[in-house]
Amino acid sequence: MTSRKLFLVAAVGVAVAGVSWIAFGNLGENLVYYWTPTELRDHAEKAEGATVRLGGMVKAGSIVQGTPLTFVVTDGTAEVTVRTTEIPPAMFREGIGVVVEGSVDGAGGFDSKRLMVKHDNSYKAPKDGAMPAEGQMFGTLAEDAGTTEPPPVAGTP
Amino acid sequence: MKLMPAVGALGVFLLVVGSWIGLFVAPADRFMGDIQRIMYVHVPSAWTTMVCFTVSLVAALGWVYGVVRPAKDGQRSWGWDDALESSIEVGVMFGALLVMQGMIWAKPTWGVYWTWDPRLTTVAVMELMFVAVLALRSFVDEPVRRATWSAVTTLVAYVNVPLVYFSVRWWSSLHQVQSTSDSIDPEIWRPLGINAFGFLFVAIAFMGLRTQVARLTRETLLAGDDVGPSAGGAR
Repeated sequence: MTSRKLFLVAAVGVAVAGVSWIAFGNLGENLVYYWTPTELRDHAEKAEGATVRLGGMVKAGSIVQGTPLTFVVTDGTAEVTVRTTEIPPAMFREGIGVVVEGSVDGAGGFDSKRLMVKHDNSYKAPKDGAMPAEGQMFGTLAEDAGTTEPPPVAGTP
Repeated sequence: MKLMPAVGALGVFLLVVGSWIGLFVAPADRFMGDIQRIMYVHVPSAWTTMVCFTVSLVAALGWVYGVVRPAKDGQRSWGWDDALESSIEVGVMFGALLVMQGMIWAKPTWGVYWTWDPRLTTVAVMELMFVAVLALRSFVDEPVRRATWSAVTTLVAYVNVPLVYFSVRWWSSLHQVQSTSDSIDPEIWRPLGINAFGFLFVAIAFMGLRTQVARLTRETLLAGDDVGPSAGGAR
């Protein structure tokens, strides 16, 4: 085998080993983009004073408008109350996924400096009679943001 | 009309039809509104980028095979190197489009243009590594060495393609996972499918024409014609 062939075989070997290492090794567990509320609780000591990302669902009924805006992020097991002075993206609503960047405060809450909305992989037309979510894209947060039903007409029972 | 321009024209025609349906016929997403329509170019850009780099992989393997098992008459299969050069260039171009469209889509939906989530990070690494292969090509003048080095670095860079695809499944990311036929309404799927073929045909035309340019440049170089300072046969 010439040195050139050895070089080629080595290069292919490195490539295959690289993918296997990333795919089947433990690297994936260390490549963490965000912690869930449960993981944040479990890593409470590490999170202290550091900038971390927290990801989860916005708990229904937990959004309190104001300055700061507060809401509860949940993964079904643990919950964290998040405060932010950021203007939320128009997609922000109850029940949607969010990733917030910031730090834990002393009292178990979370101060967010960056609020990101995580949407799912579904793209669907509005249900019959409902308009596309113009209000969510271009307006402020509506009381009924997230519902696809047309708003009730005032005066009808 | 020659084949490649005809394929490109067909691609442009499909893009016009698909984009028209996507912009004016298909319904807007129930939550995102009209912003969602950028998917009709963003998703085809992603698929096309993957296709181009996969062509590069095949071309790289073809050249490497010729190095490991040289032909008896000593002839080299230069077509692989021509195809490698063109497919990487076209792939890098669609990759750049992909990232720009993604950033435009991300700002109003996610709230940020960019974040270092696994999908965005792997795409950035993939794009930069293929740019690096092109940079390497421009630094090596000797054709055989250039072809071999590009082929080997392409094999390494291609590792990123499956990583990009699986990044949203293996790791928690801000980017959503791949959509399925269940998660997309047929009215939204239709223009997406038409535009996907539009992008594909345009990319095939680009790659075909660019391969011809690569072949002519290389033939001139190998013939030793003194057409410019970098084409000297003395090396």
